[in-house]
Amino acid sequence: MTGDAPILRTAQLTVRFGGLTALNQVSLAVPPGEIRGIIGPNGAGKSTLFNCLTGVLKPASGRIVFRGEDITGLPPYAISRKAIARSYQITNILPGATVLENVRIAAQSRHHNWSLLRHYRAYTDVLDRARAVLADVGLAGKEDELAANLSHGEQRNLEIGIALATEPKLLCLDEPTAGMSVAETHGTVELVRRIARNLTILIVEHDMEVVMGLAHVITVLNYGEVLAEGTPAVIQANPRVQEVYLKT
Amino acid sequence: MDQIVIQTINGLVNGMVLAVVASGLTLIFGIMDIVNFAHGDLMMLGAFVGATVLGITGNFWLALFVAAIVIAMLGVLLQVTTLRPLIGRDPLTTILATFGISLVLQKYALWQWGPTVRKISEPVSGQFALFHLQYPWYRVATAILAGLIIGGLWLFLKYGKYGIWIRATTQDRVMAQAMGIPVPLVHTAVFAIGSAMAAASGVLFGPFAGVTQTMGSDFTLRAFIVVVVGGMGNLGGSILAAIFVSLIEAYAALVVSPAQAVIVSFVVLVLTMLFRPTGLFVPTPK
Amino acid sequence: MLVLENLNAHYGKSHVLHGVSVEVRAGEVVGLLGRNGVGKTTTLKAIMGLVRRTGGRITFEGRDLTGVPTHGLAALGIAWVPEERRIFRLLTVLENLRTGLDRPGLDERKRQELLEKVYRHFPVLRERRNQAGGTLSGGEQQMLAIARAMMLEPKIILLDEPTEGLMPRMVSQIREIVHALHRDGVAILLVEQNVPLTLEAAERLYIMEKGVVRHHASAAALRADQRVIHEYLGV
Repeated sequence: MTGDAPILRTAQLTVRFGGLTALNQVSLAVPPGEIRGIIGPNGAGKSTLFNCLTGVLKPASGRIVFRGEDITGLPPYAISRKAIARSYQITNILPGATVLENVRIAAQSRHHNWSLLRHYRAYTDVLDRARAVLADVGLAGKEDELAANLSHGEQRNLEIGIALATEPKLLCLDEPTAGMSVAETHGTVELVRRIARNLTILIVEHDMEVVMGLAHVITVLNYGEVLAEGTPAVIQANPRVQEVYLKT
Repeated sequence: MDQIVIQTINGLVNGMVLAVVASGLTLIFGIMDIVNFAHGDLMMLGAFVGATVLGITGNFWLALFVAAIVIAMLGVLLQVTTLRPLIGRDPLTTILATFGISLVLQKYALWQWGPTVRKISEPVSGQFALFHLQYPWYRVATAILAGLIIGGLWLFLKYGKYGIWIRATTQDRVMAQAMGIPVPLVHTAVFAIGSAMAAASGVLFGPFAGVTQTMGSDFTLRAFIVVVVGGMGNLGGSILAAIFVSLIEAYAALVVSPAQAVIVSFVVLVLTMLFRPTGLFVPTPK
Repeated sequence: MLVLENLNAHYGKSHVLHGVSVEVRAGEVVGLLGRNGVGKTTTLKAIMGLVRRTGGRITFEGRDLTGVPTHGLAALGIAWVPEERRIFRLLTVLENLRTGLDRPGLDERKRQELLEKVYRHFPVLRERRNQAGGTLSGGEQQMLAIARAMMLEPKIILLDEPTEGLMPRMVSQIREIVHALHRDGVAILLVEQNVPLTLEAAERLYIMEKGVVRHHASAAALRADQRVIHEYLGV
């Protein structure tokens, strides 16, 4: 992992909202296959960073380079085609569709040869991919359930599955365990470990146990700037980080 | 040139009546997110009640007052029985409910008063010479009265004891509740005020064109256009928009037939939605 | 005085409070600490009836709050200062205060008294009394939100992250106000992420994590040994 060229690099990324500088010269480099945690107190800029990476916000200055290509300022659908996927804090699943359909629709987006006359069931490769994703997120037995009938934790995991089905190279998880019970949280942590094999993952979290347990490297943001970066052990030992969290 | 002056006055007069209707509508929408499709029909019923009272007592001002009170009470009844239980549901539900109420009110009026057109005679008769025309004093009086009603509403909202409750509830319903303001009661009161204003405008407008069951529908549509163009929930905006749209229509009537001039308001609506969807008279949000 | 027993709450399907038990006695300042997203604000909102309660009980001075509508809480003596302040932006400062002053049972003299009291604590509000609430700075809005709650002459104030986003100078002012309220005998349930302020102002603290209360101790005990705090709030 070390020594590989970074799959994602930001250079002096700056975002402003009117007079407020939400991100200030943020530079990161994430090597392929890494799980990178992004933490920081309220208002540190974590969501802003995600929004920038996924094309929802345009930075005022700075660059984002993904797999060697400059993707700064591209709109969200173009970013998705570049194989960056994101799961959201507010669940974005289709409640009226079955679990399998939710994932299949996402998986289909990767395939461009659409004949209007072919029935969707004819796309066996798409269905296979969808089923594989369901197995990965632990929803294999619930294929035909309506998404609305899943428990909250299962819905959040389905959300991750939908993102996965688009075959991303970079997966951005936005507070995946928010509102989950302890048991559901453990389930999601296991899920992320399973899928991390062929993927680079960025994860924003408030749950320290989750992030310290999963991440290889953690970037700490504070007031829009990178405060510290390092392995979980290094971050936990860093007095400046403690100060910022405990406001001492 | 005199045509333009005449149409300006006509536009202002119509605009003021429309403003009274639209104010009630925007007040109701602003505070409880209800799109009241029955608003024009409350106006229509107000006109009928006014015509009836006028027929009995011969006193226009009494008719105006009674109509406002009766329709206010009707409004309270409707809001408490039909609309309050629907709070929090999909907005389409309240739209359908008010639409249903509109149908019921129109048919009720037909049943109660029959199909003949009722007359409300002007309280202020006589005309004055305006260029080559004899312009009715009553039209001017209507505009003044409408202005007084709107002015009264504005004063009440700004300085009245319960005006603050209404304004606070409109801005942040939840925080208003946290401050102990009885929001459900405020909602009902605002619906009553809106209904009373609609009724008053019905009685004021009665002498212009006669009272029929369908007089409300025209106004509901125009009022909605005005509310959207003025910025939904924005009282000042609705009033300005009502005058603006009525003036443009009046001027258009110089060039095309009055029936066609109505198209003008739709054009203004479409342009507003395309270019300034938050409303023409709303300050651009920072 | 205010007792939450095994409180459960849901946002739609999401089970956000899993049995929260907290108590605030008359005149006490109690702190509720925890990281983002653990349910501190949700707990306050559940007391205010703004979140669906799906289990447990809330009693205030012995009276069960189930079925009491949100707008009935002010009369019982419960005031709320939300995290986002929620000033009525288009009302003037004075009008904002009046939303709490225009209560039945207050004569004009008493109203003036309350107003004066609040102006003494917050002179900037007197200066800006005819300005629209939305034109005030963040710190001034926080003052106004607290002053507005004081207009209700509450027995308890639910104070949600009053120092968030404020400059250090303003944080001191907040600390002063909390002390003043305490001296007046007003109980405070203080939700905060600012640990030193809370340790200093509160008598007892609860620490929450993932929708439950994980730890409960006196402020003195926690001041002496801060390891628990580091564990739940640090990294």
